[in-house]
Amino acid sequence: MSNGKRAKIELKGVTKIFGDDPARILPMIAAGVSKAAVLEETGHTVGLYDVTLDIPEGQIFVVMGLSGSGKSTLIRHLNRLIDPTAGQVLVDGEDVTALDAKALTAFRRSRMSMVFQRFGLFPHRTVLENISFGLDLQVSGRPGREANREKARIWITAVGLDGYEDAYPHALSGGMQQRVGLARALAMDADILLMDEAFSALDPLIRRDMQDQLIELQSRLKKTIVFITHDLDEALRLGDRIAILKDGEVVQVGSGEEILTAPATRYVADFVEDVNRSRVLTAGTVQLDCVVVTASEAPAAALARAGNGELQVTYVVDADGKLLGAVTGSRLRRAIRENLASMESLIEPVQTATANMVLEEVLPLTLQGDLPVAVVDGHGRVQGMLSRRSIIAALAETAGVVNPGQ
Amino acid sequence: MSFGGIVSLLLIVGGVFAAALILIKARQDVTPARRFGLAGAAALVAAVLLVVADFAGLRVLAGGGGGDTPLLPLADLIDRAVDWLVTEYGDALRENISNPIVYAIGFFERFLYQGIAWPAMAIAFALFAYHASRKWTLAVFVAAAFVLIWALQLWKPTMQTLSLISVSILVTALVGLPLGIAMGLSNRFRTVMMPALDFMQTMPSFVYLIPVVMLFGLGTFSGVLATAVYAAPPLVRLTDLGLRLVDKEVMEAATAFGASRSQKLWRVQLPLALPNVMAGVNQSIMMALAMVVIASMIGVRGLGQEVFYGLQRQEPGTGFTAGLCIVLLAIVLDRITQAYGRRMQAHYRAGEH
Repeated sequence: MSNGKRAKIELKGVTKIFGDDPARILPMIAAGVSKAAVLEETGHTVGLYDVTLDIPEGQIFVVMGLSGSGKSTLIRHLNRLIDPTAGQVLVDGEDVTALDAKALTAFRRSRMSMVFQRFGLFPHRTVLENISFGLDLQVSGRPGREANREKARIWITAVGLDGYEDAYPHALSGGMQQRVGLARALAMDADILLMDEAFSALDPLIRRDMQDQLIELQSRLKKTIVFITHDLDEALRLGDRIAILKDGEVVQVGSGEEILTAPATRYVADFVEDVNRSRVLTAGTVQLDCVVVTASEAPAAALARAGNGELQVTYVVDADGKLLGAVTGSRLRRAIRENLASMESLIEPVQTATANMVLEEVLPLTLQGDLPVAVVDGHGRVQGMLSRRSIIAALAETAGVVNPGQ
Repeated sequence: MSFGGIVSLLLIVGGVFAAALILIKARQDVTPARRFGLAGAAALVAAVLLVVADFAGLRVLAGGGGGDTPLLPLADLIDRAVDWLVTEYGDALRENISNPIVYAIGFFERFLYQGIAWPAMAIAFALFAYHASRKWTLAVFVAAAFVLIWALQLWKPTMQTLSLISVSILVTALVGLPLGIAMGLSNRFRTVMMPALDFMQTMPSFVYLIPVVMLFGLGTFSGVLATAVYAAPPLVRLTDLGLRLVDKEVMEAATAFGASRSQKLWRVQLPLALPNVMAGVNQSIMMALAMVVIASMIGVRGLGQEVFYGLQRQEPGTGFTAGLCIVLLAIVLDRITQAYGRRMQAHYRAGEH
């Protein structure tokens, strides 16, 4: 994997065909018959075709696609709520598709848990009983169940539902119900969490709350999360990596920024067109090169290197390379006229940003002065600069550049 | 060919056309235009065959199914099958199945009208009604109904009927619940059972009495058996429906968390199907009550017998009062079982908790 993490889940050529005789259809698709033609001629629906994915450990992996793209079918292959027509699903190198019924049940109890779009709560069980449902399946007798209730209480607190232990799901709001769904999945203590459009049924404000809560929980739990969504903003917000699915096939996999800046196909480009780019693009991606001089240099030397940019801005650093501020070309020229030996009196303070800040955060900084924002690393060393103009140019750039090589 | 012959020919051809249409419609690869063509061809073939058969002397179209003896001697076949059953197994069935159950029913019956004083019974039912509905009005109504029954001097036959209904419903539940669960879990079993249930419900209830009486003789047991068979379909159907109505995502959740088949059934499907099962019990009780008068014709004691007396002796009053008691009993049982059904849902209806 490019980021050095090993794949927790691998999908190898997973194909799913719905219908009476799926095996008969496989050679047809392999021969290049279109999905529409297959449906027309045989009544079979191609749900997924030749999906190969590596899902890294400890990250949120988002699978995004519109309705009918096969994303819900895909996630159901991971815990075999749906069996593939062809292909393999490997979890930690173990072939899930080869498990027999007993091993599959054990696998579901220990390795993966799931959160559902319409919550999938048990209406006849209280919040506490819902959360301990999965644990209760593994014990018999009252002492075991009591122990499970105690474990469930920990997760009730974690998702902020204290006081609702004995309520029934129908008495709760949608957001609260999904918190129960999340707690029920987390209580299983599995290292993989499947979330099938988990927040899609919620109001926008509640959805954002839940996203925040998931990000916060994930920062502590470091689970491998497979998150399905049709909402690009949600995908970009949550996803460490994103796979885009169209008509049952993966069209692009990458980080949110990669997908935004280098869409693999026209489809992806159209898809990302309307997204709020300022929330995704980072200072590091759009920064411009800049001129850096040390404070001890003579103004003339500095001006010579400053080039002929708009303001001829030059960042000034100390002997250790730490940013002190910036000088403009006009100030340097005045210093030369006045024969000043050093630039120290000319330095103006500048706003700084770090490379991983998104433009939405950087933009207000550019409004606090005329000088461009300096992008610095953790040690205060200058990496590049961001002017108001360069930010707006980056935001305005339509994602129309198709770059299939990426 | 006579006029009647032509009419029956048209009817038969129409029937064949419709049947062919239904069969072909199930196949999606046949276009609508061709469907009519195929069905027409089938009907034409049927018409030709019928006319040929008529001229050949089988007299198919003239009515009466072909002269002195029926073409299809189904009645004769069934007669002989039941005769054989009776001669081979009749005694054994009576001794091993019918007698012990009749004894148990008799015991239960006597317990209801001798073992418990009638006011105790009325109070017990009123409390029952209150427990189910949490409404005083229903409890008072139930008590008043029982007082009225007592005042009409029909307490004993009412208790006999109550006993018959209770035992019949018990038999229905013992057979019907497993059948309904099997139907809910297996599509194939459901395909087999659906027409069987339709048949059971549509066949006039009177017909059940004949073989049952031949096998088990006149009396209570035959009544229980006929009533149980007649009352079973709603319970079976609603149990099946209840299992199938459980939300798909809830079932997926149970599977995803590692529930085995039996855990899914016992911990998720059946609890969620209970309100429907209760509705099935309610419907079965109503069906059983409808059987009461018919069962009296084969010697079952109780309110049905009173109605029957009223008919035989030309005493409209006797018939009416006994009928009134059946109605009261029906209302009491209906309201109590419905209230229990509602309470089973109350746990997970918004606002009621």
